[in-house]
Amino acid sequence: MSEQNHPLKARLRRAERMRQVKAFGLIAPLLGFLLISFVVPIASMMMRAVHDTELSSVWPEVTAAIPSWRDRKALPDEAVFAALAHDIKASHKDRTLSTAARRLNYDLRNGRSLVFSTARALPETAERWTDAVIAANGRWADPETWGAVYRASGPVTGFFLLAALDRNRTATGRIVVAPPDEALFLDVLKRTFVVGLAVTLICLALGYPVAYLLATLPPDRGNLLMILVLLPFWTSLLVRTAAWVVVLQEHGLVNNALIWLGIIEKPMRLIYNQVGVYVAMTHILLPFMILPLYSVMKAIPPTYVRAARSLGAAPATAFLRIYVPQTLPGIGAGGILVFIMAIGYYITPALVGGAGDQLISYFIAYYTSSSVNWGLASALGAVLLAATMILYAVYNRLVGAGGIKLG
Amino acid sequence: MTDSAAPASDVLVRFSGVRKTYDGETLVVKDLNLDIHRGEFLTLLGPSGSGKTTSLMMLAGFEVPTDGEIELAGRSIRNVPPHQRGIGMVFQNYALFPHMTIEENVAFPLMVRGMDRGARSAKAREALSMVKLEDLWRRRPGQLSGGQQQRVALARALVFEPQLVLMDEPLGALDKQLREHMQIEIKHLHQSLGVTVVYVTHDQTEALTMSDRIAVFDDGVIRQLDTPHGLYEEPQNAFVADFIGENNMLAGTVEEMLENGLCRVALADGRHVTARAVNVTAAGQPTRLSMRPEKVHVEDYGPQHVNRLIGTVKETIYHGDHTRLRLAVAGNPEFTVKMRFRPNRPRPEVGERVAVAFAAEDCRALDAPAEDES
Ligand SMILES: Nc1ncnc2c1ncn2[C@@H]1O[C@H](COP(=O)(O)OP(=O)(O)OP(=O)(O)O)[C@@H](O)[C@H]1O
Ligand SMILES: [Mg+2]
Repeated sequence: MSEQNHPLKARLRRAERMRQVKAFGLIAPLLGFLLISFVVPIASMMMRAVHDTELSSVWPEVTAAIPSWRDRKALPDEAVFAALAHDIKASHKDRTLSTAARRLNYDLRNGRSLVFSTARALPETAERWTDAVIAANGRWADPETWGAVYRASGPVTGFFLLAALDRNRTATGRIVVAPPDEALFLDVLKRTFVVGLAVTLICLALGYPVAYLLATLPPDRGNLLMILVLLPFWTSLLVRTAAWVVVLQEHGLVNNALIWLGIIEKPMRLIYNQVGVYVAMTHILLPFMILPLYSVMKAIPPTYVRAARSLGAAPATAFLRIYVPQTLPGIGAGGILVFIMAIGYYITPALVGGAGDQLISYFIAYYTSSSVNWGLASALGAVLLAATMILYAVYNRLVGAGGIKLG
Repeated sequence: MTDSAAPASDVLVRFSGVRKTYDGETLVVKDLNLDIHRGEFLTLLGPSGSGKTTSLMMLAGFEVPTDGEIELAGRSIRNVPPHQRGIGMVFQNYALFPHMTIEENVAFPLMVRGMDRGARSAKAREALSMVKLEDLWRRRPGQLSGGQQQRVALARALVFEPQLVLMDEPLGALDKQLREHMQIEIKHLHQSLGVTVVYVTHDQTEALTMSDRIAVFDDGVIRQLDTPHGLYEEPQNAFVADFIGENNMLAGTVEEMLENGLCRVALADGRHVTARAVNVTAAGQPTRLSMRPEKVHVEDYGPQHVNRLIGTVKETIYHGDHTRLRLAVAGNPEFTVKMRFRPNRPRPEVGERVAVAFAAEDCRALDAPAEDES
């Protein structure tokens, strides 16, 4: 049997190849666009997450000399100290010292003041630069300080990626957990995924019945309902989010109504906390759950449930065993869509969330625009991307194993 | 089931006075009275929109009768939900569950009845071998041909041994050859399992070959309920005569009621014909005479063929064992006759005038449909 199959398979492959070439021709323009607008930016972001030339651009000598430092438990030798002293003086003159100070400050507590105070105290000439530098600032006698210089010497670094995962490297290269007062991003990442998952589940719970109704209603009334579902798309995201501020604030519609009805006495805190984030994000992302569900449900003829009923299934059994499994592609598509949009959401949590409710995108934006730490911003982005891809792979595994295909 | 049972308990399904409207204005089923016997193969036959599916859906429980009562095994099923009626059903588009394998599909009725995994798997395989598909149990419905899917649907509807199976145009999507093959297979299954089948189709050949009895539907009414033979040989009204098989119709007026259920009818061209009075009761009534093409004789008739008319040949079509003649007879330009092959007999030429003869018994005087009265 297998002997006969081989020429057949080869022929099938040849026939398929023709089709694939044509198909490729059809997607080529989009592919080109995606390459420029999507793949290149993401690749450059990934590059920035591991690319580190800030220090080497202003302190070329010490960053070139420090790889000779072998015994990380002891101090580097005189040549490295001399290179540092030379670099500090040169950059002090060129007014680029602040660049070096900022880069070291990422990694060293008070790194900025260390750099500036050393520059101020350093003599013009010295017999032994080791003594002169340590005299200028005692922290240079600590190998950990040199570890920070070593880690910043570039051009490739794992520093930002580790920092994005709340990890540090010691001078000897060991990876350690950051002290609790510096650890931040793992919590943010966890919060981002928890909020994303919760919003996805709320959207599913609210959207599924609506999509079901939409798909089973007669067309005229179904269209009306569909317009209501799509209505939010006609107003700007910012306006809708701002509207939630109006509705949910301390003396907003909801609180006033509840007080007027006598259900509560004092206004509840509905905004600038988790509640506000969940409400606003669910509202904004709901259509992205309803639409894929609707399109899948619309394609399921009612005969399936009828057949199940006639074969002896109670209404609930027929719904759960026959209808719901057929909507899984919709649940998957809607769920992935909402989840991925939720974990990348920026404006809504920024406007209606409290300080402790910010998601990872907030920090990415912060490090790109406010503190200009592109390395850390890119590393956070890369971690988010990696986590999303892992989750998607897990999802694909689970749903793929169930044998659900869209075609 | 037992021979000694009284006729009443022989009735499995009884529709009495059932009416149905969807919009509150038009009745799509009007006063349906129908007894379906245990073990019989009953077909609902009729043109599109005549209410066949609606009647079937009321029996299955997916539509509620507006009026009247449906009994299953002597009990009203007004308040019995579909899944408790124990009725197997086969749909036109098969409705196999796409996310389940063939075996899971067939085992589904057993699963919802709480049968354990091993037993239901064995039973499902058994049902699949009954429709000769035991090797395909692992596949999914999308990987089967239409005919195979149809058989799976059949196995699924039969696997839980229902007393009644409903089929709504189950062969409608198949090509002619496969359809004829499946007709025979379904008929064999019906005979070997002894299950009661209610079958819906608008294909009269299918109805005639498969059924024990046929209910001819028209516009929400049963026009005739009879065996295939009865329907074909003795149509009770013009609709049935026209719908089942080929028929020649001649319009006329009853002139006189005769003895032995016969009557004399005057045709449009003034000639007279003696016919069996089926749907006419008095002189002066308009009527339609119906004659089967194979019961009309051309140039070759005996003394029993008392009715003699003249026809003009319009067309001859050679069919091997017989020749079809299209004639113009008494104002009907589409009068068809089947002339059986005889050696040495010349075929009539187009334009030739021929004698047309038939027996009084083979000419049925039926009601004149409304559009004929003018
Ligand atoms: N769900 C419905 N709502 C409103 N009208 C309906 C509905 N189902 C059927 N009808 C109408 O009822 C009439 C009878 O329909 P039904 O489906 O019973 O016909 P049918 O005999 O099965 O025809 P076909 O051979 O085309 O399947 C038709 O005029 C149809 O338009
Ligand atoms: Mg129908």
